[in-house]
Amino acid sequence: MTRVGDVLARCRAEGRAALIGYLPVGYPDVPGSIEAMTAMVEAGVDIVEVGVPYSDPLMDGPVIQYAVETALAGGTRVDDVFTATAAVRDAGAPALVMTYWNLVMRRGVETFASDLAAGGGSGLITPDLIPDEAGDWIASSESHGLDRVFLVAPSSTSERLTRATSACRGFVYAASTMGVTGTRTSVGSAAEGLVARTRAVTDVPVCVGLGVSNGEQAADVARFADGVIVGSALVRCLTEAPTRADGIRALTDLTRELAEGVRARRSTPGGAPGGASGMVASA
Amino acid sequence: MTTPGRFGDFGGRYVPEALIPALEQLDEVRRKAMIDPEFVGELERLHRTYTGRPSILTEVPRFAEHAGGARVILKREDLNHTGSHKINNVLGQALLTKRMGKKRIIAETGAGQHGVAAATAAALLGLDCVVYMGKVDTERQALNVARMRLLGAEVVAVENGSQTLKDAVNEALRDWVANVDDTHYVLGTVTGPHPFPEMVRDFHRVIGIEARAQVLDLVGRLPDVVLACVGGGSNAMGIFHRFLDDTGVRLVGLEAGGAGVTTGRHAARFSAGERGVLHGAFTYVMQDVDGQTVESHSVSAGLDYPSVGPEHSYLLDIGRAEYRPITDVDAMEAFRLLCRTEGIIPAIESAHALAGAIDVGRELGPEAVLLVNLSGRGDKDVHTAAQWFGLLDDAALQSAGAIASADATGVSSLTDGVQV
Repeated sequence: MTRVGDVLARCRAEGRAALIGYLPVGYPDVPGSIEAMTAMVEAGVDIVEVGVPYSDPLMDGPVIQYAVETALAGGTRVDDVFTATAAVRDAGAPALVMTYWNLVMRRGVETFASDLAAGGGSGLITPDLIPDEAGDWIASSESHGLDRVFLVAPSSTSERLTRATSACRGFVYAASTMGVTGTRTSVGSAAEGLVARTRAVTDVPVCVGLGVSNGEQAADVARFADGVIVGSALVRCLTEAPTRADGIRALTDLTRELAEGVRARRSTPGGAPGGASGMVASA
Repeated sequence: MTTPGRFGDFGGRYVPEALIPALEQLDEVRRKAMIDPEFVGELERLHRTYTGRPSILTEVPRFAEHAGGARVILKREDLNHTGSHKINNVLGQALLTKRMGKKRIIAETGAGQHGVAAATAAALLGLDCVVYMGKVDTERQALNVARMRLLGAEVVAVENGSQTLKDAVNEALRDWVANVDDTHYVLGTVTGPHPFPEMVRDFHRVIGIEARAQVLDLVGRLPDVVLACVGGGSNAMGIFHRFLDDTGVRLVGLEAGGAGVTTGRHAARFSAGERGVLHGAFTYVMQDVDGQTVESHSVSAGLDYPSVGPEHSYLLDIGRAEYRPITDVDAMEAFRLLCRTEGIIPAIESAHALAGAIDVGRELGPEAVLLVNLSGRGDKDVHTAAQWFGLLDDAALQSAGAIASADATGVSSLTDGVQV
């Protein structure tokens, strides 16, 4: 089992969901972003989603767009991602890299995979790559022992769910709503239905992202998902703070709140969280 | 690389999983529609009674004197309703929108030609319409912003990134992911995820079908060269496609060379771009060593795009078509020349094709027959041209510029914009 798989299994054994926190490399600058990721791990994030700034982030809302534009304007390079993954690993959490596909293709899929493995990264989350187009990546991730996280969405048919989940390793990323990243006042009921439909076709852990911004929402999602993914709300701690120290403080506070949230979930009646088709066999 | 919609290595579907069901539905609906006599008949009726098809050919001998004396023949897509070839595609996609039971369309636009066409089709067929346009483009194409609003569309000025066409596409895709249940994205060119490149080409294929027959009629033989400007590349694919099997006919696409390819300020994807993914398609992309998209530059908003339709990449790859950069200066010179010699004001986009014809005509000499797709008319470009050539004094330019700087997120300047 991969490190991400180990962490998810450990969380499950503890009777809770995992907390997965996203921050982009290079905001406010490369050292500042690594400091923030490390602080997030110390405050209770189980897995770090390390974002690679990209010029055309079409799955991201305004908060993350602003952060990655700033990171690029500050000269952040793809190479910096591997520095960040190594730092996150050293802090004790698996680092999954979230990247738009052209950045991987440009470096060369095999080279990217090799550099990621060497840099202590656990795998990739690929928001604009569907398994149908991922032949090269599936081969390279196999040979380097890297996780592959593809997305499913409320619009996904059972055929698409089967296709996506069978290509995933580590977990499957269930988008809670139709839309881009960003905080929302409520995480749609579509998420719970999507997780149930996903569990019907796979034993791979299912983590839910898009829209979660506080402990209460995290607790709500933790009822039915193996992991809760938080992005924009954490990034906003940094973008809205008057000073860097304030930003780290706000980030730490929110991470602690979210970490309590994923531990506060109610057990579903009559069985293990996640239902009978969960990952009992592998836990 | 196993997905449908590949042109050789190029094309594919590099989009969020959330959009795949909509793309599959679109593909199924358009395939059925294209062989459904009712759909095809309705589209042909609109072409005939609304767009004004078939568009005519115009031979331009006084212009041709500057093109080595070759015979230069224009395919007059500028005479279509709304002033460009774009209407061919939007009518097709708007009819498909109704077939899919959707009530809202969104579109991106650069020069505003596609946005105006989309707004027009929405008005005609009773659909809601939102057009995303880079803020820089709303300023240099302000009259088209007013046109879209007159037609009932909402125009959103996009202030992200370079504030031009590529950012408008990003924003349209974000809208589409969130609203795909009731919304169809009327993509305006031959790129994007499958089936867009193939579908948009098929809706524009009528250009080449008509032109081939018309040239045979006029000249008694096929042209030696077919020329068209290439931004995303829809007017070029539209006129090229019917000639693909005519191996004796050279196909020449003209890209925006901007300030010159060596300056880095251009949109010459085939001169300076590399293979990569942008906006859902694997094609040629202007990008840096990391794979970040590089901003493009052109005097022409419609060609100011760092990527290009994947079928053009394929045609280049197999050697069936050639692509050349045309600088801003050469395009504007061809623009002026057509105005002065033939009384036709072309779109600045199309002026790139005219400049290409001047070059190719001089290379081939008087025996050659050149077919040029005059993809749009230049009314929208009068302000840009007036500035370029210094035709107005400062006060007059400022007066015209007041329109240009109108805030594109409001609607208050609508009436003023139209009267100028």
